[in-house]
Amino acid sequence: MKARVLQLFAAGINCDRELRHMFEVAGAEVEEAHVRELMKQPQRVLDYDLFAIPGGFTYGDDLGAGRILALEVECFLLEQLQQLHAQGGSVFGVCNGFQVLVKCGLLPGVAGIPLSLTWNDTHRFECRWSRLLVEPTLGHVLPAGSLLPAPSAHAEGKIVLAQEDGFERLQQAGCVALRYADVHGTPTRAYPDCPNGSEGAIAGLVSPSGRILGLMPHPERNLGLQSLPDRGAGAWGTGEEGIAFYRGLLAPYQAPCTA
Amino acid sequence: MQSSAWRVELELDSSRPDPVGKAALQALADRGLALTSPVRSGRGFLLPASLNRSQVETVTRRLLADPVTECSRIVAPGEVPDGGASTLVVRRLAGVADPEADSARRALALLDLEVGAEEAVQSYRTYRVDGPVDSADLLRVGGRALANPTIERTDLASAAVLPHPVPDDLPSSRREVPLLEATPEVLEQLSSTMALALSRAEMEAIQEFFRQAGREPTDVELETLAQTWSEHCKHKTLTGPVHLVETDADGEILRERHFNNLLKETVFAATQKMSPEWCWSVFKDNAGVFAMTDEIGIAVKVETHNHPSALDPYGGAGTGIGGVIRDILGTGLGARPFAATDLFCVGPEDLPREDLPPGTMHPDRILDGVIAGVRDYGNRMGIPTVCGGLVRHPGYVANPLVFAGCLGEIPRSMVDKKVSPGDVIVALGGRTGRDGIHGATFSSEALHQDSDTVDAAAVQIGDPITEKKVLDVLILARDRGLYSAVTDCGAGGFSSAVGEMGEECGAEVELSAAPLKYPGLSYWEIWVSEAQERMVLSVPPEHLDELLDLAATHEVGATVIGTFRDHRRLVLKWHGECVGDLPMDFLHGAVPQPVRRAENQRLRLGPTPWPAAHGGAEFLYQVLAHPACASKEWVVRQYDHEVQGGTVMKPYQGVDGRGPGDGTVVKPRLDLPQGVAIGCGIAPAVAQLDAYAGTALAIDEAIRNVVAAGGNPHRTALLDNFCWGDCRKADRLGSLSRAAEACYDAALAYGAPFISGKDSLNNEYRVGDTEVAIPPTLLCTAVAPVADTQRCPGTPLRRAGNILIQVGASSAAGGASVASELLDLQDSAVPAPDFDTAPTLFDALHQAIESGLVQSCHDLSEGGLGVAAAEMAFGAGLGLRLDLARVPVRGELGVRARLYSETPTRFLVEVEPDQVEDFGALFRTQPWATCGEVLAEATLVVLDGSQECFRCSLDSLLQANTCGR
Repeated sequence: MKARVLQLFAAGINCDRELRHMFEVAGAEVEEAHVRELMKQPQRVLDYDLFAIPGGFTYGDDLGAGRILALEVECFLLEQLQQLHAQGGSVFGVCNGFQVLVKCGLLPGVAGIPLSLTWNDTHRFECRWSRLLVEPTLGHVLPAGSLLPAPSAHAEGKIVLAQEDGFERLQQAGCVALRYADVHGTPTRAYPDCPNGSEGAIAGLVSPSGRILGLMPHPERNLGLQSLPDRGAGAWGTGEEGIAFYRGLLAPYQAPCTA
Repeated sequence: MQSSAWRVELELDSSRPDPVGKAALQALADRGLALTSPVRSGRGFLLPASLNRSQVETVTRRLLADPVTECSRIVAPGEVPDGGASTLVVRRLAGVADPEADSARRALALLDLEVGAEEAVQSYRTYRVDGPVDSADLLRVGGRALANPTIERTDLASAAVLPHPVPDDLPSSRREVPLLEATPEVLEQLSSTMALALSRAEMEAIQEFFRQAGREPTDVELETLAQTWSEHCKHKTLTGPVHLVETDADGEILRERHFNNLLKETVFAATQKMSPEWCWSVFKDNAGVFAMTDEIGIAVKVETHNHPSALDPYGGAGTGIGGVIRDILGTGLGARPFAATDLFCVGPEDLPREDLPPGTMHPDRILDGVIAGVRDYGNRMGIPTVCGGLVRHPGYVANPLVFAGCLGEIPRSMVDKKVSPGDVIVALGGRTGRDGIHGATFSSEALHQDSDTVDAAAVQIGDPITEKKVLDVLILARDRGLYSAVTDCGAGGFSSAVGEMGEECGAEVELSAAPLKYPGLSYWEIWVSEAQERMVLSVPPEHLDELLDLAATHEVGATVIGTFRDHRRLVLKWHGECVGDLPMDFLHGAVPQPVRRAENQRLRLGPTPWPAAHGGAEFLYQVLAHPACASKEWVVRQYDHEVQGGTVMKPYQGVDGRGPGDGTVVKPRLDLPQGVAIGCGIAPAVAQLDAYAGTALAIDEAIRNVVAAGGNPHRTALLDNFCWGDCRKADRLGSLSRAAEACYDAALAYGAPFISGKDSLNNEYRVGDTEVAIPPTLLCTAVAPVADTQRCPGTPLRRAGNILIQVGASSAAGGASVASELLDLQDSAVPAPDFDTAPTLFDALHQAIESGLVQSCHDLSEGGLGVAAAEMAFGAGLGLRLDLARVPVRGELGVRARLYSETPTRFLVEVEPDQVEDFGALFRTQPWATCGEVLAEATLVVLDGSQECFRCSLDSLLQANTCGR
């Protein structure tokens, strides 16, 4: 049995092709559903192992990144997604999908640590490759301490925390999944290694369960050596990390090969 | 109509940095209002007065305000907020699209707050001076510095901010325009007062037609003819008869040539002569189509959006990219866009404000606006902007040029389309408003100093998410076979789209069926409106319901506005009454074509007086910092050039992503090994001295970019974009004719056919009696398939110890080069490609790349060898040694010319030491020579034989190149 992925579609989602391609390369069976169809049958979510929200500019990000889709998810799908999670399924969001998961309250998934995503410190859209340090909380997906190279492409990717000790509390709760790092693997908030100035250099968050995960950069665009900016000169990994990340996400749901 | 509304105003928490406020402070200071206290930016919404306070609070909390970063303020209807005298409110004029408000209105329904269509929801932005300021000064300066008065109005927040009134419905009925008895003078006057932009001869042809018909024309018939016959739609100059006279520098006639149809006998003739089977659609559809594989075609189009961008850079550039995306969607049965290109020509960055012609914006403001416009539209569409350029030249101060291109993939079986009588006409996408009325005729006229006030209606505001939804629906409907033909609504709106689709059969349209943004439009305005994000489909009746359902799911408007007929007429109705009835033959075939005179004088250009000395590192820094060579990474990184995951040869490459690429390579299909290489070339400064040479250079540059990136030169297709001055003037038309001849010669020489093109011919600015034209500007875009993208070499150096080879000989002609400009040399002979040898050189390099012999490769263009060498190092963090004495040359060249001449058809190639012989074997008849090696140390060392000229660190070069950005 292959892992079953349901990928959300909505007005302004535009990273659906590469995400679907990567899920398929990583061994999943992918179906897509328009949010307006899914609202009518929210129970459908429960038929899948993993629910994914791709990147894009849903509804133009007109009221803030991901804001309107987050409200739609909150009003029509939240209960079912929580149920999917409770029965062992996963919820995953990239870029705009991550912003949606944060703004609808699914991430970080613990109460009392208010946070939001806001404009990059440069106050403009930044498209550049980032190195993401894998925290132990994500050790079930990729080796803790390893680096995941992936392009960032966003304008509102800076994590801001309402409380001064917010980062420590997030870490204690096991919610910090990925952090922007320099070429040596040291977490950094400094531009351009960190494209947005995110607090705690946070690039991705995970629920304490490890199964609700979101991140700003796009590992689905790391499709191999020729995707890398240096085409395999060594500064950006081996070209295998993107696929490994998605394999890791799907691993719990992939039946072992019985041939 | 509402008199008042709730105001919800949001500002970043005072503890958070506010870059927009900071930029506003600077913009106010630039315009003479120096403030000592900070400016805080904010955003605001008007909500209907029918809501109660608790509802408004809910909306604010759950929808509008960010819970962590923003604080909010709610102002009740009729109330005036505190501190309003030091706060500016900037909002869009009535009728200008307001996508944020539309999104907010839609989202209110999620909170169970139904708001009637007549109730106002509007958005605005605020600038609050956090300290003392004179209100009158703030309003006066801020209105210009922080807003674009063409589309926005500025008020003090202390004033009542009222919703725009909803216009009354206009009970318009059929209106005739008395024409039959008009004298020629009256005809001309009529053309001018109705803004038809038709010539006297054209008006007379129309008058004659209606005399024959025995009736007066209606207003909408005249509008239709004006749109269809406009320069923008008909390309009367390029497709018309031209008599060219060429003279030498003394005025002696050198040659004469008569064209019956300039385009057909030059650009198009070359394509016809070659008629390659791999070109699937040329010069007939909204874009050209060539083969990537046997089954998958690539549709390509490049458009200009110059005049709208001069008035509103942000909106103009955004709708430029939006328009060219629709061209791709409207090609064949619709191609799926996968890459976009952009190129801007603007005035110099150091232009003193007092030198600006009246009514024009500073080049830097224009540039910031067009970059933001392309960024916000392209990024939202999810189409990677992968390739582009920036040209600075004083000739573009009043007439900036904005080129936007798009590529799409299309199955071979979908390249052709056919409208059948009986198909219904469906308008898909956005609603129709008064946007851009007369855009087609406006862009056919010169700009003048009052342009920014009188032509506000010609400006268009884009809504990319509507266009994204149109794209989603269109591709789904295409794959389900729900329509038989499609085209985009561009210049001329419905009139051009329906008129073109129905050209072979006939069409009947009920204009009252078109969905409107607001009431009050007359039927002719609906017919010619250039409201964005609309496509027209020809739908067999049996598929109509399925199409409408699909559109409804995606929340895209889809409306039947008429039917295609078999009577070869264009019939327009308004609430059932016939308001227009024109035969298609007259509409499309009767435009008078006067012979135009073209004159081209060849200049006497002497040899380039290169200085003997190399100029040292100091001169290389200057060249690298010149606008033609300076890094554009700061622009490229604002575009999502990686979306869709297929950008395998990026615009900036290498370990730190700092090495500029040549052509870009994009894979439209992630599951296939093939890709498409895209390159562009432009040489207006050369074309100003010699339009033929400048055009040939642009074409050579576009092709060599594509070849360097791994594209196949034997399958390279070209696109032309001619941007010229007023071609009713003989000298402008003379240089245009020479450029067209160069296109013909180059296309045949390189075996690279033109498959699509566009022209923009009235780029002149009139102030008083002086008329200023832009330099003759041909943008050539080259596209070619790449058989296996893994073999693309890239520009960054790979390994210390590898050998550097210059391919192609350098010559001394350096007119209009970067170095000659920096050295202030007089005009001199310009470089030109050698059509006999260039194609074989491209072929040999391609073979070398395909054989895996090329480790890295960069073409030599602006700034010559010196800049190319530095750029190859930027992407690698490695250094290199160059020996100028060993560079292949044609004629006598000093070191400066060897380092900086801009001879075309040259490359710097990195090859492994033990493969140099194999590499050379492919270049038997071509000039090539090893002239250096890659160093581990990040240093550039320049030698002249045994003597070292200079050396400098990579860091210092990069610093010069990035100019502090």
